[in-house]
Amino acid sequence: MISLGVEGTAHTISIGIVDDTRGKCKVLSNIIKIYRPEKGGIHPREAANHHANYVADLIKESIKKSGVDFKDVDIISFSRGPGLGPCLRTAATAARALSLSLEKPIMGVNHCVAHLEIGRGTLAGCKDPVLLYTSGANTQVIAFAEGKYRVFGETLDIGIGNCLDKFGRTIGLDFPCGPKIEELAKNGKQYLELPYSIKGMDIAFSGLLTAAEHYYKNGEKLEDICYSIQETTFAALTEVTERAMAHTDKYEVLLGGGVAANKRLRNMVNTMASAREACFFVPSKDLCVDNGAMIAWLGLLMYNSGLRMSIEETVIDQYFRTDMVDVSWRD
Amino acid sequence: MTKKILYRGAEAEIQLAKHMGHQVVQKRRIKKTYRIKNIDDKLVSYRTREEAKLMTEARLHGVSIPIIYDVDLENGVITMEYLKGKRIKDILNKISEKERKRICNKIGDSIARFHNSNIIHGDITTSNMILMDDKIHFIDFGLGEKNSEIEAKGVDLHVLMEAIESTHSKYSNCFKYILDGYRKEYKGNSDYVINKIDEIVKRGRYR
Repeated sequence: MISLGVEGTAHTISIGIVDDTRGKCKVLSNIIKIYRPEKGGIHPREAANHHANYVADLIKESIKKSGVDFKDVDIISFSRGPGLGPCLRTAATAARALSLSLEKPIMGVNHCVAHLEIGRGTLAGCKDPVLLYTSGANTQVIAFAEGKYRVFGETLDIGIGNCLDKFGRTIGLDFPCGPKIEELAKNGKQYLELPYSIKGMDIAFSGLLTAAEHYYKNGEKLEDICYSIQETTFAALTEVTERAMAHTDKYEVLLGGGVAANKRLRNMVNTMASAREACFFVPSKDLCVDNGAMIAWLGLLMYNSGLRMSIEETVIDQYFRTDMVDVSWRD
Repeated sequence: MTKKILYRGAEAEIQLAKHMGHQVVQKRRIKKTYRIKNIDDKLVSYRTREEAKLMTEARLHGVSIPIIYDVDLENGVITMEYLKGKRIKDILNKISEKERKRICNKIGDSIARFHNSNIIHGDITTSNMILMDDKIHFIDFGLGEKNSEIEAKGVDLHVLMEAIESTHSKYSNCFKYILDGYRKEYKGNSDYVINKIDEIVKRGRYR
């Protein structure tokens, strides 16, 4: 069964096409286009305009690259939420138009759950992981328990990516700031103390951000600040992930989201996993960031489990929480 | 001396040991190699010290807490009384509705007791409660603090609410029973604290 997925929750518009072979996900194409604001943060309307400009071309490009024809596509999937309203509506409109014109069924999916399912779908041995999902807006520790993907821990204020971007903007870096902060951190030597804020399995970053900005204003070395931000936030993220693993008694950990590209974060979670004799998984980079393939894959899983969605039910949901999804495709 | 590991948590190992002829439990914080020594040392010694302090104080205010025999800040070890009881997490889904209500009321009562003296547990889950001699014993104050703010007490209860929702999802009225017990024992206006929980839920992402 071939599924075409439209992702457009935030800064990324992406079209992915996947096939299923013996229960595993085969990615045929996964074209990603990211909206980059000239300055400042992401403006939802501007991002949506960007998506509207490119989505039709991306669909054609993705079909061409996949080697399948429009008529071979069995189902259209799209991200129903959570995300920015204008962006979600643009992606959903494209998906509906495609579904109606190709006369193929449509399936709206939860973006956060897709990040977890693409790991299970593409990585050998990844069966029942705890997902540490770190992106701009989202920072959640998700695991399967009692019929749902439940959020065991999450940020109480801003996402980790957002925290890095905000600090990056303070020091004059362009979006996305994470990779540049990672580079700077490599040359950091001295650890500057920052708030390490964990409440149960939840986490908070805004106090740390303010403290880091103070260090910057006081003329501390930029490399040292970046190093300290990474060491503190990533250690806290790793700690809450480990707590969730202990709590749910699971022995697999999966990374997802744009910040999962960070080598130091990977290294910390991997070290933690080894110490617990757990397996560490991270999808390829294009499947870690926001992408259409993961949306296509989750839509396919849902469709195969017997779920159906009418066009009337494809209304987007900006506040679509991970634990609102009834997981019918897993035992 | 051979030590038997009773439980290996995310942060610490719980070992059975002998201390001056008594059977005791040692909570040993594990050094985490994923974080830099600077952060790890500070967290280990700070959390050990705070935990011992909070446990002692909560006990003084009538909460059932294991007796502390020794504290080793450098190695992050607290030596305490061995409780031969059952974890609430393991029994809560298996008992009758009437018993569940009674136990939950008791849990709420104990939480109110330590909140009355501004002790915040920091990680109230049913894994951190042990039922022994019909009393709810609280363990693991490792993420706790002293804080008189309504916000801190609200967050404390919110953590428990999430734990109940995820671990005892079929019995979500447990949390209501806990709040009933809390209301009865909390000195001051418990509505402020309980309303705070809703506020915290709404503050979360995508609510």
